[in-house]
Amino acid sequence: MTGMSETTYRDALRQALDDAMGADSTIVVLGEEVGRYGGAYGVTKGLIERHGADRVIDAPISEAAIVGAAVGAAMTGLRPVAELMYVDFLGLAMDQLANQAAKIRYMFGGQVGVPMVLRTQGGTGRSAGAQHSQSLEAWSVHTPGLRVAMPATVSDAYHLLRHALTLPDPVVFIEHKALYTRKGGLDPAAPDAPWGRAVVRRPGRNVTLVAYSRMVHSALEAAAALAEAGIEAEVIDLRTLNPLDMETVAASVTRTGRAVVVSEACLTGGVAAEIAARIQEDCFDWLEEPVIRVAGEDVPIPVSPGLEAASIPGAPLIADAVRMMLP
Amino acid sequence: MPAPTDRLPFELYRTMCRIRAFEERVGELFVRQETAGSMLHLSIGEEGAAAGIGSAMRAGDSFTTHHRGHGIFLARGGQPDRMMAEIAGKRTGYCRGKGGSMHIADMGLGHLGANAIVGGGIPAVVGAGLSYRRLKKDAVSVAFFGDGAMQQGILYESMNMAALWRLPVLFVCINNQYGMGTRIDRASANLAWDLRARSFGLEAENADGVDVMEVRGAAERLLAAAREGRPGFLAVSCYRFYGHARMDKSPYRTPEEEEEGRARDPIARLRADLLAGDAREAELDTIVEAAGREMDAAVDFAVAAPRPEPGELFEDVYGPDQPAPLPVRRRIETILGGGVAR
Ligand SMILES: Cc1ncc(C[n+]2csc(CCOP(=O)(O)OP(=O)(O)O)c2C)c(N)n1
Ligand SMILES: [Mg+2]
Repeated sequence: MTGMSETTYRDALRQALDDAMGADSTIVVLGEEVGRYGGAYGVTKGLIERHGADRVIDAPISEAAIVGAAVGAAMTGLRPVAELMYVDFLGLAMDQLANQAAKIRYMFGGQVGVPMVLRTQGGTGRSAGAQHSQSLEAWSVHTPGLRVAMPATVSDAYHLLRHALTLPDPVVFIEHKALYTRKGGLDPAAPDAPWGRAVVRRPGRNVTLVAYSRMVHSALEAAAALAEAGIEAEVIDLRTLNPLDMETVAASVTRTGRAVVVSEACLTGGVAAEIAARIQEDCFDWLEEPVIRVAGEDVPIPVSPGLEAASIPGAPLIADAVRMMLP
Repeated sequence: MPAPTDRLPFELYRTMCRIRAFEERVGELFVRQETAGSMLHLSIGEEGAAAGIGSAMRAGDSFTTHHRGHGIFLARGGQPDRMMAEIAGKRTGYCRGKGGSMHIADMGLGHLGANAIVGGGIPAVVGAGLSYRRLKKDAVSVAFFGDGAMQQGILYESMNMAALWRLPVLFVCINNQYGMGTRIDRASANLAWDLRARSFGLEAENADGVDVMEVRGAAERLLAAAREGRPGFLAVSCYRFYGHARMDKSPYRTPEEEEEGRARDPIARLRADLLAGDAREAELDTIVEAAGREMDAAVDFAVAAPRPEPGELFEDVYGPDQPAPLPVRRRIETILGGGVAR
């Protein structure tokens, strides 16, 4: 299929898996409910019919062994896609991800890589509660050896996943549960940018908003609101957190002199702190104001819809932060 | 390739002598302060498990080990000089000095890695089993671990998956009676671990590690079953002759217990059996001496081997498509020089 068409984030992910499996017979999908059930969020629906139960493998509820088996399979000739139903379950599998998958290439002196993708999803938006709504990307970003992608758009859902399925290392691929039904254009032949490059989603000259995953859309909403008041915010979508494209960020901040980092994850010790620190290091002489983080509150995610929504940043808070920064 | 039956006991004797000589030299290397650290776990007393199972595996089979895995690797063809160099943190070691004793690996010999996380290497063999089936490779993957891992949940997730999917996998527990200072009966209320395995649908056997031929027989049966998609579990009982690691003097064990335990010596046992047959002392002594010379040479190799270059710190964090991490000093210089630190 070529040319641009409109689809959803979920369907783009499924198409990426389907196309990749068609192109590479070593790819297998392994996880809870990925086969007959079609995936807890429907991403893998139909894949078992198209590629067979040998390649779309329904696993028992054993997160550690799912990730651990993916590691062993990746070391011995397959390219597994392990699905973790919720990123919140990472605690059960963290040893296999952080102590095994991430370190094998290095510990073994470069003899072997672990070409696997850990597909999972996180974030709020469905009143799923404190154990099904977190944004835990910092755990992976804080682990050398793991690559981390967090697509915000339909096109990136497809292209970042396709690219992840060519890489020689473990990739933690974190989807956002509130984006699955989001519509957007997809041209399977034309990625928005190469892997590892951030993309300017909206140009502007007064302030730089750095975001990833669903917060890209909140930042764009804030930018639209600010534009009505004559404030031009540039919105950068990081797309991958490892690698982290500070060149694109610095090129923007050195023009705007102001930076706001937006993340759904709770503030303290988060990825936003890392990005803010780097902006401060890279752009110190150009900064008119402190680098501001607009992030999730430092609380567990509550289930009640109003409280849940209040626990994460929204466009109004992002816009207000910008207004407060400007003279 | 398995040796012809009549030579097999001699081959196993040789393997066990080589393992013991190697481990003794690791101890010496440590005393000479030539090892990378003190986290060295010797498998003296456990040679029957390594030789019995290692000899029954085939070329193309793979395995993971726990932190006490030198003997298993040697039994699968590991070269003593490169192993010793790795233990010394040298760049000619199997992992260029970055893994060490507890993370030694060699893809060429199917060694998918030793592990410093108790139970950490177990699920990888399930994945290897999936690979072999999908890639139509006639191979078995074997997880070696200690009695301590019998109390780890990951073992049971892995056993269930292997049995559920009928994978060519074998789980091997080397039961040396202790996890650090904790004797097995203080860690496990029911010591009939083979029954745990059976309850998952695995084939299961127990073997006495003092008798390498018994271990070998059990391994042959279980590996053959695994090759046909009937995964298994083998518990080998033995005794950890010395401390947990180099610094441990085992104050939690009585001298009497240790004496009794060390009497369960698989090498002495096989030697006695061979001498009761038609072997001659001189013939067996030759094997012991050759092993000693080989391992002395491995020590010399390791001591003389070059250390890694400082720049290697940043190599192999990622595959070739991603740049190496920027050294912190270079970052600082770049930032204060007014540039953008990637
Ligand atoms: C997950 C984990 N917990 C604890 C430790 C610390 N530790 C290292 S070895 C060991 C004992 C392991 O006993 P066993 O599995 O019987 O192996 P053995 O040392 O007897 O060969 C412990 C507790 C560890 N390395 N990993
Ligand atoms: Mg033990």
